[in-house]
Amino acid sequence: MINPEPLYLTLKLAGLTTVILYAIGLPAAWLLSQSRMRLKPLLEAVLALPLVLPPSVLGFYFLLAFSRQGWLGAAWERIFDHQLAFSFDGLVLGSVIFSLPFMVHPLQAGFNAVPRNLSEASYSLGKSKLETIIKVVLPSMKSSLLTGGVLAFAHTVGEFGVVLMIGGSIEGKTKVASIAIYDLVESLDYQSAHIYAAILFAFSFTILLTVYLVNKRLDIR
Amino acid sequence: MIRLSATKKLSGTEGPFELSVDLSFPPESLVTLYGKSGSGKTTLLRILAGLEKPESGYIEVHGKVWFDSTAKVNLPPQKRKVGLVFQDYALFPTMTIRENLQFAQEKKEPQKINVLLELTGLDELRERYPSSLSGGQQQRVALARAIIREPEILLLDEPLSALDQHTRNMLQDEILKFHKRFGLTTILVSHDKQEVFKLSDTVAVIDRGKISRHGTPLEVFLNRNTSNKFSFVSTILSIRKVDCIFLAVMGAGNEIVEVVLSKSDIETLKVGDEVLVASKAFNPIVIKL
Repeated sequence: MINPEPLYLTLKLAGLTTVILYAIGLPAAWLLSQSRMRLKPLLEAVLALPLVLPPSVLGFYFLLAFSRQGWLGAAWERIFDHQLAFSFDGLVLGSVIFSLPFMVHPLQAGFNAVPRNLSEASYSLGKSKLETIIKVVLPSMKSSLLTGGVLAFAHTVGEFGVVLMIGGSIEGKTKVASIAIYDLVESLDYQSAHIYAAILFAFSFTILLTVYLVNKRLDIR
Repeated sequence: MIRLSATKKLSGTEGPFELSVDLSFPPESLVTLYGKSGSGKTTLLRILAGLEKPESGYIEVHGKVWFDSTAKVNLPPQKRKVGLVFQDYALFPTMTIRENLQFAQEKKEPQKINVLLELTGLDELRERYPSSLSGGQQQRVALARAIIREPEILLLDEPLSALDQHTRNMLQDEILKFHKRFGLTTILVSHDKQEVFKLSDTVAVIDRGKISRHGTPLEVFLNRNTSNKFSFVSTILSIRKVDCIFLAVMGAGNEIVEVVLSKSDIETLKVGDEVLVASKAFNPIVIKL
């Protein structure tokens, strides 16, 4: 039988990444949807870079930044007392940046789609900006919230290039399912590779199907 | 008193112009801002509600200063007790009718929600979502939601323009009813003369950002006072000759009326004209607006 560890690592990585991305993505998307500043196109372009760059390019730069000699890696090691590259923390950090556009884009579109009238009505009813966002705006964009989370999660599950560059393939630490499959194929163990691949395939399909089903229902209301 | 003076540069469809308005009116009155679209009426309401900032100006409502550009006072919308009703209702789609009203309350008073739902005839729809209501029903909810927090000023931004004539008439009555019952001070934006005549105490005509006239609807639209027994605004739909007189068919709201016109009337009136039909004794007087 196969080792469940890589699957567990994949889920843990994707879950953590998604949670962190909600925390970063919601304020970022809200600010972008509100802002009319001149630097906005620049910010949006930087944010969308992970969509077009080859993962190996991103992974290469991450590796440089995360390594002991890199500015981020050095600072990290001083604070947390362990190396950032080739650690699970490094994978999470890389994934967060790599999947950022997949979270922010749907959320930004969602914020833009909520009529401004609704927020203004809420303000004039004495509600603060924060209360308005929580009680009026976010409930009106449930399908965007769902889409952002699922895309970020699914994209992290499907990550390969970046993980390979900054995580390597350390058993129980950075060897996620997609890397495990690559290793198994390299060592010609097609049967185990098949099992991992089939599990990922079924899992991804189920998630996407669920999203489309739920979104359809959200849209109807 | 309510005092509103504001200036702000606007970019209209026919080029930029300056909104420059100075308006004051007594409490518990219903004032209509009348004018073409793009003349700055809605902007003025938004300035009053604190949703837009004028370049300079002064806003005082019932003795409280809401905005003063020289003293750098600018209360946020949350601190101005206004009830705002939008043309497209702006009900919260994820809340039921009851929840929409409850959201507007500062402290929970279910009793008050019940009273308002009863008054607006919405009691049976209380657990429905806005999307399942008709336009007229949605606008009733919006009105109730604006009134429930006892606003110091009620702002209605073309609230009825998306509704059919019948519903519009009913809601005009409802607006009047609420305005009187709760002793509200109300500002209505409208470009419907019938509505202006029916609802407002005074009307301010706005033209490219400036108030050109302010007075009672009769004063403003006729430039004089008449002591009519009855009067209504209507549109001439057709004119035909019957023997030696002329008969005009006119549409006034939902009603169609026939009015006798003299030969001299015919010379100044044509189909499509908006007219005031008034009567002192016998024959109606028809005056072109």
